[in-house]
Amino acid sequence: MSFLQSNIYYVGAFGLILTGLLIVLVKHNLIKVIIGLSILDTGVNMFIIAIGYLRNGTAPIFSSPEVESVLMVDPVPQALVLTAIVIGVAVLALALSLSIRLYRHFGTLDLRKIKELKW
Amino acid sequence: MRVAFSLILLAIVGVGVVLSLSSIPFGSPPMDAGKYYIDSGRTDTGATNIVTSVVVGYRAFDTLGEVTVLFVAAIGLGAILTTGKKNESKKKEELEPASLVLSTGCRFLFPLILLFGAYVFIHGHLTPGGGFQGGAVIASAFLMVYLGCRKKRIRKSWARGTESISGLVFVVTGLTGLAVAGHYFLSNFLPEGTLNSLFSAGIIPIIYIAIGLKVGSELTGVIDNLIEESE
Repeated sequence: MSFLQSNIYYVGAFGLILTGLLIVLVKHNLIKVIIGLSILDTGVNMFIIAIGYLRNGTAPIFSSPEVESVLMVDPVPQALVLTAIVIGVAVLALALSLSIRLYRHFGTLDLRKIKELKW
Repeated sequence: MRVAFSLILLAIVGVGVVLSLSSIPFGSPPMDAGKYYIDSGRTDTGATNIVTSVVVGYRAFDTLGEVTVLFVAAIGLGAILTTGKKNESKKKEELEPASLVLSTGCRFLFPLILLFGAYVFIHGHLTPGGGFQGGAVIASAFLMVYLGCRKKRIRKSWARGTESISGLVFVVTGLTGLAVAGHYFLSNFLPEGTLNSLFSAGIIPIIYIAIGLKVGSELTGVIDNLIEESE
């Protein structure tokens, strides 16, 4: 129990990553695969943030001169995830647009049926 | 069968992760790089938000690359959706107009959300937030108008113009830094000013405003393309 309490962010992040991976591997509908990729993306972002976390830490912003720098969390993972989220949205939109093209061409989003057709 | 194989693969990945992560305790103090940024970020770049000083101060060139990735994704989405489209006679179904409450509400909220987005990216070096977040907020305002007032559309030339000009501002600022300060691409050539004031941190606010406009117009273009496709 104490392991779960002390590592809850790691457990949650890897729960999301493994859930996303399972969806990508198992599901046949392309939209569901894209949703799985999005969940995986969220899990990875959360994991990177959790690595930089400090117990009882504050945001790395010197909003007033009295703020102590000892308690601040690591700013580098936050800076990485900041851009990763926006790029994740753009890649998600790109994947959805590709699936729109696939649906227009084949009339289905089921990956088993698409595989049987010749490209 | 397929599910069983997937579960076995997941178990292998999970065990590997647990074994490798057990040596990294959760909540340990930041690494040396993070500590250096926290200690000297204010004096190096003049920004009080250390995340901002990392994103557009120390790693500004990286951020240019990331903005380019976003740009390529947005362009690719437009290209994928518009090319090869059969010019069949579009029978546009007349959408039922939104109710008075909805259309008035989104017309009322639209400038406020734009204002909030602009606040977020203009104050990126002082408060939580920055160009990427502010741009996303601005794009959400346009999404709300697209869904609420269905007839309204942005002018594509405006979105493209804003996007190109702000990208150009980013690169030109970097080149000016190279020419004037003469150390490296995107080096700071403006005075750092006093901490915690709006006009401080040299070129960081300029770059973040450019990023905010660029991200906002790109995401708006993405929304525009996807909504046009669904009609």
